[in-house]
Amino acid sequence: MALTTIGAGGEAAASAVRAQLTTGRFDPKGTAFKVLLLASLAVSIGVLAVLFLDVGTSAAPVFQTRAESFLSGGLRTSADAAGVFQALRGTVWIGVFVIVLAFPIGVASAVYLEEYAPAGRLARFIDVNIRNLAGVPSIVYGILGLTIFVQQLSGLTGGRSLMAAGITLAILVLPIVIITAAEAIRAVPSTLREAAYGVGATRWEVTRGQVLPYAMPGIITGTVLALARAIGEAAPLLLCGAVTGLLPGKQGLLDLSQLSDRFTALPIVIADWSRTPRAGFDEIAAAAIVVMLAIVLAMNTIAILLRTRFEKRRT
Amino acid sequence: MTDLSIQRPQLQVADLRGDPRRMRTEAIVRGVLLAAALVSVAISGGIVWSLARETYAFVTQVDWSRVLFAEGWYPRQGVYDIRTLIVGSIWVTVIAMLVAGPIGLGSAIYLSEYASPGVRKTLKPTLEVLAGIPSVVLGFFAISVISPDIVEPLFGAGLFNLVAAGIAVGILSIPLVASVSEDALRSVPLALREASYGMGAKKLTTVTRVVIPAAISGLVAAFILAVSRAIGETMVVFIAGGAAGNQAFEVNPTHPGLTMTAAMATQAQGTDQVVGEALTFQSLYFVGAVLFVVTLALNLLANRVVRRVREAY
Repeated sequence: MALTTIGAGGEAAASAVRAQLTTGRFDPKGTAFKVLLLASLAVSIGVLAVLFLDVGTSAAPVFQTRAESFLSGGLRTSADAAGVFQALRGTVWIGVFVIVLAFPIGVASAVYLEEYAPAGRLARFIDVNIRNLAGVPSIVYGILGLTIFVQQLSGLTGGRSLMAAGITLAILVLPIVIITAAEAIRAVPSTLREAAYGVGATRWEVTRGQVLPYAMPGIITGTVLALARAIGEAAPLLLCGAVTGLLPGKQGLLDLSQLSDRFTALPIVIADWSRTPRAGFDEIAAAAIVVMLAIVLAMNTIAILLRTRFEKRRT
Repeated sequence: MTDLSIQRPQLQVADLRGDPRRMRTEAIVRGVLLAAALVSVAISGGIVWSLARETYAFVTQVDWSRVLFAEGWYPRQGVYDIRTLIVGSIWVTVIAMLVAGPIGLGSAIYLSEYASPGVRKTLKPTLEVLAGIPSVVLGFFAISVISPDIVEPLFGAGLFNLVAAGIAVGILSIPLVASVSEDALRSVPLALREASYGMGAKKLTTVTRVVIPAAISGLVAAFILAVSRAIGETMVVFIAGGAAGNQAFEVNPTHPGLTMTAAMATQAQGTDQVVGEALTFQSLYFVGAVLFVVTLALNLLANRVVRRVREAY
């Protein structure tokens, strides 16, 4: 009697066992869990959709009736005449400060930490320090800006000025630039460095010739994200003296005299108009949000595209 | 015979040192880079110095009965009841975490354990877009949608209240919770999941009994970081909290309220000519110092928890 022969009753039992082993049973708890997880993701997507819809419908009348005067006008007390030009001007200059200050200092710090610093107490101290700085609330940076750049260095910055605000926001995003740049530099294959050292290059020649060019897309991605963050940040500007009522200055976009003048910025006017309970301010607040989101989301998209493009090319 | 030995090139230590010009460049570059790295240390020093100077003046000169036993935050009248602000901050943080905790964690578990690579690639950018939205936009959203359409019908609250602000802060914190939690879940070794499946465990059992316990330190760290973020969030409460510089002691979150951050923001609008009591301006720094210490402690705690998880694997 061979062990493989199975009787008629055994046949049914075998197929039942096979079915249990190969086809999954319906698992109600597991399915419910999965649906719950999907629902939590759907909340984020739903909130984004409602937010864009709400802002879009509130802003539509402003852009339909007076798009040009809204983009070229200044701060006014009436919602029908107010525009975002002065705010846009302030925001652009804040971006310039971030690029001019945070980018070079941030990249240089990252290069020092990743390529130069001997692994020791100093490097670890600087590293921990940067990580903690990244977690400091933005309004505390406002206190720094108010004390040092508005009060102590008022001779240089002109007190409650665009320059004080720009420097403060550059400092606010510096940890982000350093951390992302350091990550990009760490991702450079060490074979590149070793090859360059092997032919007698100095540390700086290796960094300039091999490491930085390879890491540059990652570094630029981080800087663009930092720029987007700085453009949307309002709390430190309140402490550095951003104007919410009326702003007398009529300088053009490129007029350097505005740097030591009172200023305003897009997130500031959005906050102020949102809080104003009078009719019409809801709409212009939404319209200003459209302008700011267009800038911020364009930057985020550029950063994400840059990253995926270079990730693809390398793998 | 001796001629030969003289003409043989003599290799000296100096020849191996390299071109002095290149060495000089190297030294200068090193100095410049070190200086740049020390800028961040100087910034930390600047923050601490800025806070400490005026906080010291406040702490030594203020009448403490008006800080600890008075009711309400009236900085222009010299009443600095910090409890009012702390209660406001706690409410906003608790409500924010009730929103961001489950939604962020749920999103992270789905993306890490359930989603196929293609689904993940399309859903993850959505969270990144949400992460990029400035907080003033969420403040506007709080008073144009969350407060009138959700909080008012549910609690009968007015337009400005801390519940709406807390929900908006929670939405802002979702991407942070989700991305840190997802990193923690994905760093759980595949072998643990395979062992669980090998024992015949279902997906649900594997996720809840094996993966989540293994990643728990990272998940806790994500939660702590989000709490720190929620406490430090300013503009949402400034816009949607409804208080204008002064605030009576209030424990009901469906009423207007003030957090530490919003108190600073409202007060800062008048910092060039501070009207009112002598210490009004200094109270801004006092609140800033409390905020700084609380968030720093939370961040250090989160870093420590994260380091523990790295040591485990």
